[in-house]
Amino acid sequence: MAKMTIEDLRKIREQAKRSRNLREGEGNARITIHMGTCGIAAGAREVMDALLKAIDEHAVRSVLVTTSGCAGLCSHEPMATVEYADSPPVKYVNLDSNKIVRILLEHAVEGNVVKEFAFAIGSEKMS
Amino acid sequence: MKELALHILDIAENSIRAGASLIEIIVDEDGERDRITIEIRDNGCGMDQDTLSRVLDPFFTTKDVRRVGMGLSLFRRAAEGTGGHFYIDSTPDSGTTVRAVFGYSHIDRQPMGDMASTVSGLLLSHGEIDIFYKHIIGSDEFVFDTRDIRIVLEDTPITSPEVIQFITTMIREKKNLE
Repeated sequence: MAKMTIEDLRKIREQAKRSRNLREGEGNARITIHMGTCGIAAGAREVMDALLKAIDEHAVRSVLVTTSGCAGLCSHEPMATVEYADSPPVKYVNLDSNKIVRILLEHAVEGNVVKEFAFAIGSEKMS
Repeated sequence: MKELALHILDIAENSIRAGASLIEIIVDEDGERDRITIEIRDNGCGMDQDTLSRVLDPFFTTKDVRRVGMGLSLFRRAAEGTGGHFYIDSTPDSGTTVRAVFGYSHIDRQPMGDMASTVSGLLLSHGEIDIFYKHIIGSDEFVFDTRDIRIVLEDTPITSPEVIQFITTMIREKKNLE
């Protein structure tokens, strides 16, 4: 198999520079995946992987991904919180690799909350 | 946890919460001595003796969202359940070291799992932290050091998608940067 050289990394650096120059505007959405022990045990890393893969495949440039610790709702893990522009944050629960992709494309990119997966908007619980 | 890599992710998140700027992860798979040693060392805020003496109790936590903190006690149980042992030490303002030794061939020993996903996941969400990851399998040694990567990248962020992809492949295939 091919080696991974510093030269390869330099080429990646150049590619990354070009991609950044194409980006339209700064990020306007943030997705926080909860990575407490409960989240990790329930599959948060796989949800994170699926999210990152989708961001790559759909060339999404406006979304920032971050992690945080346990949110205190361990039985609903894996969970993610989406902040879109100035809208109140939305907490999504019981996630999997498929749900997070829909949340990325419909909410974080388009701004439409995916109500069927949402637990709470701001501090209001979804009924 | 289904994989050892998930325990490592969990403990590394503790290091990040402790304000670490460098996390060292050393995995040593030693088939001959029938053991896997996992060491996670950070330069975070550390713990005083009082906190350290309570930290393995699952009903003790420094977080304020819940009244349990299970990560360390689960990791210890996983190690001891395979005939191994567990060690933790810490110095305030200096950092913490966690070491878990597993019986390599023990039937209850979880698989190593996806270290590439664990390391790139940590980096992507905390791109300012340096990670040194060394994985020894017998006589082979793989080393990944974000400090080396950053020197080549210059001002390009390590969290750029193309770079994260490169790092994921590097770790998945255990190819040292040459």
